[in-house]
Amino acid sequence: MRRLAIAALALLQAACAAPEPRGTGDLGLVVERAAGRVMLIETSGRTARARVEGLGDLSHAAAVFSRDGRYAYVFGRDGGLTKVDLLLAKIDKRVIQAGNSIGGAISQDGRVVAVANYQPGGVRLFDAATLEPLAEVPTGSKVVGIADAPGNRFVFSLFEKGEIWIVDASDPRQPAVQKIADIGRQPYDGFVTPNGRYYLAGLFGEDGLALVDLWNPTAGARRVLDGYGRGQEPLPVYKMPHLRGWAVAGRYIFLPAIGRHEVLVLDSVTWTEAARIAVHGQPVFAVAQPGARRVWVNFAFPDNGVVQVIDVAAMKVVKELKPGRAVLHMEFTPRGEQAWVSSRDDGAVVVYDTASFAERARLPAESPSGIFLTSRAAMTGF
Amino acid sequence: MVKILLGLALAAACAAAAAGEPALARRAELLHLVKQDCGSCHGLTMKGGLGPSLEPATLAQKDEEQMQFVILHGRRGTAMPPWSTFLSEAEALWIVGQLKKGLPQ
Ligand code: HEC
Repeated sequence: MRRLAIAALALLQAACAAPEPRGTGDLGLVVERAAGRVMLIETSGRTARARVEGLGDLSHAAAVFSRDGRYAYVFGRDGGLTKVDLLLAKIDKRVIQAGNSIGGAISQDGRVVAVANYQPGGVRLFDAATLEPLAEVPTGSKVVGIADAPGNRFVFSLFEKGEIWIVDASDPRQPAVQKIADIGRQPYDGFVTPNGRYYLAGLFGEDGLALVDLWNPTAGARRVLDGYGRGQEPLPVYKMPHLRGWAVAGRYIFLPAIGRHEVLVLDSVTWTEAARIAVHGQPVFAVAQPGARRVWVNFAFPDNGVVQVIDVAAMKVVKELKPGRAVLHMEFTPRGEQAWVSSRDDGAVVVYDTASFAERARLPAESPSGIFLTSRAAMTGF
Repeated sequence: MVKILLGLALAAACAAAAAGEPALARRAELLHLVKQDCGSCHGLTMKGGLGPSLEPATLAQKDEEQMQFVILHGRRGTAMPPWSTFLSEAEALWIVGQLKKGLPQ
């Protein structure tokens, strides 16, 4: 009897000491770019849960998630790779892996994290559990637009060389590299379609995109939306657009036009231009709301205080929002009922109800940039 | 007394303006622009990114007027855009000076 009582007491104590277990499906982070810090958020109550400091230079930071949605891998500009524990709100591991990095990706099986570097140009592979270095793929060129693809592959583009490389990391200590040359001048970013089949790289040096069919990469790259500028001189580009994000709505892919106040719509069945939509400025991100009915667009300097919403059925802008100055990023909750938008110069993350466009919350943050939710853990190409 | 101080301050401000130095409030705006908007290509700390490093050590040997020209007119065939719509010649030169010195943290 006495034993039982002690055991019961111990159990009770343990229960009291341990925090209530929780899932991570509604968690995420916001990069506070000037402070070298991330703000951990949850989207059910729309609050900031904690802050994690000490992530270094986050001026161009991106994040991917472990397959269990517990850890975020944050890629910093200074070459830092930080594994953040979202539940314990602390840094689990951190390495400085290069001089200057731009982003990264996590493999299909969740075991390998790839980091894309500008300086020295190349891709490095790390063990996702320990951050132990596994292999290095030097490129001799700045690496942009890295994304994961089925078959534990990583796909990326080389800015100066104008190539797309596919790295098979099935054996991460001995990655196999496949190179596709002559894809076009100065690819600036790239992404893998949600079904994992196609990789598209946007070109800065000419009007058009390079398309690779990952089912048949030996066929090389093919040009799509070639000469979309129709010979008209582009405007100066004050910020490079980003292609990574859900730009795919049904059969249509919404793409920022370089140096133009337009969103280009590419038909992914025929690979021809389906429409072009006049917008407020030069688009940076075009992101499809889950459900694919709408696409939200933000803009480059000096038009960056506005977000426009495109209706996919009508192929036109139906709403304009003013979340604050210098809108840098937008992220949807997995089912698309909320949009989280960062305003760098107003120091705020604004949460919108996507049905009514009503503002639901405004969280103070220091120079917020990227917003990343754990739902990315389950998405190919993120 | 107040008048004298005011006069002095005014004189100082005029001297700065004559030398082509941007006014104080504008300087803060310019620094913000350099860190944030130039920083999107050159890095928040000017360490470099898509654009080259603009740290004092890298710039030490570079000609100030050439840099001012690049800032105002960009460099064709590269990703460096022209900023003359947003910056005066004096402001561009002031930015060059700040970059050479190292931006205040
Ligand atoms: C969209 C990207 C981008 C932005 C924004 C940008 N730059 Fe550049 N900048 C570049 C690139 C790329 C180069 C290198 C051009 C070349 O290859 O010669 C460059 C070159 C320069 C150079 C010449 C450096 C040298 O070594 O000759 C200076 C100075 C410079 N930038 C200053 C600025 C300033 C100041 C701003 C903001 C007002 C700015 N840049 C914004 C991309 C950018």
